[in-house]
Amino acid sequence: MSKVLIYAEIKAGKIKKSAFELASEGRKLADSLGGDLGAVLIGPGSEQFAPELAKFGVDTVYSIESPELENYNSEYFAQALTHLIDDTKPEIVLMSHTMQGKDLAPRTAAKLGSGVMSDCVSFRLEGSTLIGKRPMFAGKCFAEWSVSASPQIATARPNVLETAEVPKSGAITKVSFSVDTSRSTYSTKDLSLDTSGKVDLTEAEIIVSGGRGMGGPDYTLLEEMAGIFGSRATVGASRAAVDAGWRKHSDQVGQTGKTVTPNLYIACGISGSIQHLAGMGSSKVIVAINKDPEAPIFTKADYGIVGDLFKIVPEFNKELKAILAE
Amino acid sequence: MKSLVCLKQVPDTETQIKVNGDGSGIVTDGIKYVINPYDEFSVEEALRLKEKFKAGEVVILTIGPDRCVEAIRTALAMGADRGVHVCDDSVNNGDPFVMAQTLAAASSGLEYDIIFCGHRAIDDDFAETGAMLAEMLKIPQITLVTKIDVSQDKKTVTCERDIEGGKEIVECALPCVVTSQKGLNEPRYASLPGIMKAKKKPVAKKTVADLGLAPASKLQGNNYTMPSVRQAGKKFEGLEPQEAAKVVVQALRSEAKVI
Ligand SMILES: Cc1cc2nc3c(=O)[nH]c(=O)nc-3n(C[C@H](O)[C@H](O)[C@H](O)COP(=O)(O)OP(=O)(O)OC[C@H]3O[C@@H](n4cnc5c(N)ncnc54)[C@H](O)[C@@H]3O)c2cc1C
Ligand SMILES: Nc1ncnc2c1ncn2[C@@H]1O[C@H](COP(=O)(O)O)[C@@H](O)[C@H]1O
Repeated sequence: MSKVLIYAEIKAGKIKKSAFELASEGRKLADSLGGDLGAVLIGPGSEQFAPELAKFGVDTVYSIESPELENYNSEYFAQALTHLIDDTKPEIVLMSHTMQGKDLAPRTAAKLGSGVMSDCVSFRLEGSTLIGKRPMFAGKCFAEWSVSASPQIATARPNVLETAEVPKSGAITKVSFSVDTSRSTYSTKDLSLDTSGKVDLTEAEIIVSGGRGMGGPDYTLLEEMAGIFGSRATVGASRAAVDAGWRKHSDQVGQTGKTVTPNLYIACGISGSIQHLAGMGSSKVIVAINKDPEAPIFTKADYGIVGDLFKIVPEFNKELKAILAE
Repeated sequence: MKSLVCLKQVPDTETQIKVNGDGSGIVTDGIKYVINPYDEFSVEEALRLKEKFKAGEVVILTIGPDRCVEAIRTALAMGADRGVHVCDDSVNNGDPFVMAQTLAAASSGLEYDIIFCGHRAIDDDFAETGAMLAEMLKIPQITLVTKIDVSQDKKTVTCERDIEGGKEIVECALPCVVTSQKGLNEPRYASLPGIMKAKKKPVAKKTVADLGLAPASKLQGNNYTMPSVRQAGKKFEGLEPQEAAKVVVQALRSEAKVI
């Protein structure tokens, strides 16, 4: 029986990187508690991913493959997860704070009569109590949380916890479970994923963001920069750019958009309002390009360039191309 | 079309958050409170549904201290019909499980086709209450919704929802819980006549005992801290664009080691 259980999310036929982050963290917690680390995979054929999880320290992989679990849906997945947790009684359950995690974790917790500390950026143990540090007010402050019910459920922010390879057996346990389809749920009609195949802002390692200073909907320069970095980069925007209709709502970074924690955040033509800074202030490295030397973004930027972005970004892209080709 | 809108009052996004002396929470003096922006989208959408079906009701459910009446009145001024205010110190800690339990209890006895929550409250940032509420009421949830289309017979709803890298379209039977995401709509402002009318609209004040609840928190939060202060780094001014770009790109590789 695993003391720590992680939920490994599968998306578009692949395990999400955030699942390996959970496994690495889960491994450390399981070692401290002196127990096993389990991972649960949901969906037909999901057991194929067991070897990948084993690499990151998972002792036991539970796969629940009922045919009704082919497509994600909150009620059925929550039933499956609840079943496994009731059965194996882990002390700690870790999930990712992804779109799916936000949908699934609280529903599962409500079924189990427990709570979720969501969007944690670090964990520690106090005895057998899991303490999760989580940003609040989109990062304007932090607090340490714990769950006083069983199991202790937490979701972790993607891209923050370190991965570490620790080979373990990853032995597969198939779990048979029949979904109660009498409970009403939704059905997916159309999954119109972006064809560009770009990572989501919340999962990107590098974000190139443009604000009102872009002057219009033409973001070619920034798309180009993200393109140079490749699939780990994506383009974001300030609310001013979104409200002007230049960018999609889902591109907005900030307190009322997405809170992001990339390794590198490049802000172009963004002044650095309190709401914007809240959402990206915990990026590891911030670069700002702005023509106003007094722009507040410079007080947070590790590297600032004062000047016209339309002159600087093309040069920046050239330099990037050269250095990344080395 | 009858909607319940779960509405939280939160500090204005302009607020500079400060942690109190013993780290048990934030300093609340002088904070200006507003409706959680996502809950504003919910109010707007509920009003549009009522207008579309030319019948129905929009009821606001709020848990929180006395000051929250202001937020309820603002929603009533936008056009909502009445409010239920659960005002009780025992449920002021914002624990999503307790919020969901209390909202579920407050909704019993009310008629509804749909329940709106915000996808997250921008103070505690839990993003949990909607899904927990749906589970407690044993109805489906559709989270992170940017478009809502209710069928003429009011039996089903089709929603567009955000997923990583795109959108998906899902359909479900009503009643259900939807959680509002930015992009759903542009909330209206309260009109002057709306503000006048709102003063006469009913707001029922309830305690937890009235709802037959004895809620127990599932979460404890403490050791509040401020983020590490980011120091301004290097600022390059007056360099030629090519030179500035070169210096920074090189620093990103050799100094910051992020590329
Ligand atoms: C309730 C509420 C919630 C909000 N939530 C968010 C949120 O989540 N995210 C968010 O971003 N904002 C949010 N805002 C808006 C926020 O207050 C700011 O208005 C917004 O962030 C400003 O965007 P900006 O920096 O792109 O525009 P501006 O503040 O107008 O800044 C534009 C910058 O571009 C620079 N510039 C112009 N031309 C050039 C050029 N050619 N080259 C280089 N630099 C140039 C200017 O010097 C200026 O600094 C919110 C506001 C409210 C009221
Ligand atoms: N105190 C409250 N009163 C009414 N609704 C609430 C309250 N707390 C949370 N909610 C609802 O739940 C949503 C998500 O909140 P949270 O789970 O705290 O991020 C909010 O947008 C509201 O719709």
